Amino acid sequence: MTKVFEKSPAFFDTFTRKPSMQKTTHYCPGCGHGTLNKIIADQIAELGLQDQTIFVGPVGCGVFIYYYFESASVSAAHGRASAVATGVSRANPDSVTISYQGDGDLAAIGTSNAIHAANRGENMIVFFVNNNIYGMTGGQLAPTTLIDQTSTTSPTGRTVLNDGHPLKMAEMVAGLEAPVLSARVAVNTPRNVRQAVKVIKRGLEIQRDKKGYAFIEVLSQCPTNWKKESKEACDWIDEVVCKQYPIGVIKDVADQREAQIRLAERVEFEALADQLGLTTDDEDTSQKIEMLQDELRFKFAGFGGQGILSLGMMMAQMSMEQNMEVTWLPSYGPEMRGGVANCSVVVGKKAIGSPAIESPNVLVALNRPSLEKFGPLVPEEGLIIYNSSLIDQVPDNLKGQVYALPATDLASDAGTVKAANAVVLGFVARKTGMFQLSDLENFLRETFKKPAMLETNLKAVLAGWNAAEKD
Amino acid sequence: MPKYSMSEDNVEEKQEKEQPSVIIHEELCKACGLCIIHCPKDILEASDKINELGYPTTVVAKDGCIGCANCYLICPEPGAVTVKKP
Ligand code: SF4
Ligand code: SF4
Ligand code: SF4
Repeated sequence: MTKVFEKSPAFFDTFTRKPSMQKTTHYCPGCGHGTLNKIIADQIAELGLQDQTIFVGPVGCGVFIYYYFESASVSAAHGRASAVATGVSRANPDSVTISYQGDGDLAAIGTSNAIHAANRGENMIVFFVNNNIYGMTGGQLAPTTLIDQTSTTSPTGRTVLNDGHPLKMAEMVAGLEAPVLSARVAVNTPRNVRQAVKVIKRGLEIQRDKKGYAFIEVLSQCPTNWKKESKEACDWIDEVVCKQYPIGVIKDVADQREAQIRLAERVEFEALADQLGLTTDDEDTSQKIEMLQDELRFKFAGFGGQGILSLGMMMAQMSMEQNMEVTWLPSYGPEMRGGVANCSVVVGKKAIGSPAIESPNVLVALNRPSLEKFGPLVPEEGLIIYNSSLIDQVPDNLKGQVYALPATDLASDAGTVKAANAVVLGFVARKTGMFQLSDLENFLRETFKKPAMLETNLKAVLAGWNAAEKD
Repeated sequence: MPKYSMSEDNVEEKQEKEQPSVIIHEELCKACGLCIIHCPKDILEASDKINELGYPTTVVAKDGCIGCANCYLICPEPGAVTVKKP
């Protein structure tokens, strides 16, 4: 009988969620995270838990665990993994919930979340990777930094007077009533790894058996921020870290505890929506726009400086004045000029579920990259209006009804290329049948106070309005 | 799937008594050197072969693996080491 030690089937074979180098992790050479990931994967596979495991990932060097494990996973905001894991665990009582957190995440910003999840005895296992430092952000002092340890923010070493004592999370958790397992292990030597394997297996069995909360602190080397070679970093755990953070099982009462199942009461969506006031059955008679569909989802896109966001804003405001439900959501790159900008506007008869738009039913693309990016997302009955002054080639994978509008040229005729957005407004208003020409004029009069600006924009809107008829 | 999956005993291998063996997948090695210092038989060595990741990969330099799996257990890179112990 041959024993084979090899990459666990609980890992993806190729890490396709990773942008590059998809066969290796993103961890630095010698980093304890990789070793811990490997032990967890091995034990998940050995216990046959892969199909029921849900990971909750942290912020920190562990942030990409969803690249590696072929299980369900959720990413939490900084410090919130134990809280998110609580929800995951309660909503999926049959699952094995793993919260994977570092020391900056769990012992600093997320201490309260972590302690309360432990105190409630949630059915989850928490891996607390303690490398005595903020790793991802470049080695700042953490609550777990050792006495006298230097870091970028404690260059002369941690002192008790200034920074307090290193926080001993495993002992704190063990002091609570609810947790069934609290232990500290290390991954710096094969001997310690063998011990860690046993403890981690035990923790996962506790989860399989629904016995409650397990906490495993893992002393992990961070050669990069400790500024040590991998070997030196591992030695340092034995020689220094373990003296302040002794390894071993601090509490294990799993054998005395019964399985605990929390029955999550199922609330139907309607009941919830009712409570939140999200359902209105009666027609709102004050709404003045006749709409093609109950909900129009507009995507306005172009490059920064083309007035995309204000175009969306005008559409939203005009609809709002007619008592429609409206959302406006801008999205732009770091560039103020020249980059791609887009905004999503939803106009609806009923309360709007989400301001984000996956498939717009009206797309306005003022430059070519926007047409290429969003055009294929428009469904067959949707409208695609593109700026034919700047786009000479239309992609052949469009399904919607396509209209060429020389917006920049028409705006230029009206007085300035900057009014291209007003041209579009006129065109869209007529094509969708949402507004009358007089609505547009009234709106522009309220918006533009300078007579010259008003005049140009009125001309531009009219040009767009007329262009919509010709089509 | 169990962790230490049992490979199919295959007839040809059975004729000769199978020895423990180790493979370092050189394209996945980040050259941390931890496996080298923990091999009781000192059969793993640093090399000057630079792999695709840009690291001078660790290699199996000699025979004599006893299948203790130290190298597998300490290696942080999933997939970089495979050990077979008959
Ligand atoms: S910075 Fe430290 S903890 Fe983060 S991946 Fe590198 S070695 Fe690991
Ligand atoms: S299994 Fe043991 S003997 Fe074989 S290479 Fe690895 S560490 Fe050396
Ligand atoms: S422990 Fe792994 S990554 Fe490090 S040198 Fe050995 S094979 Fe390479």
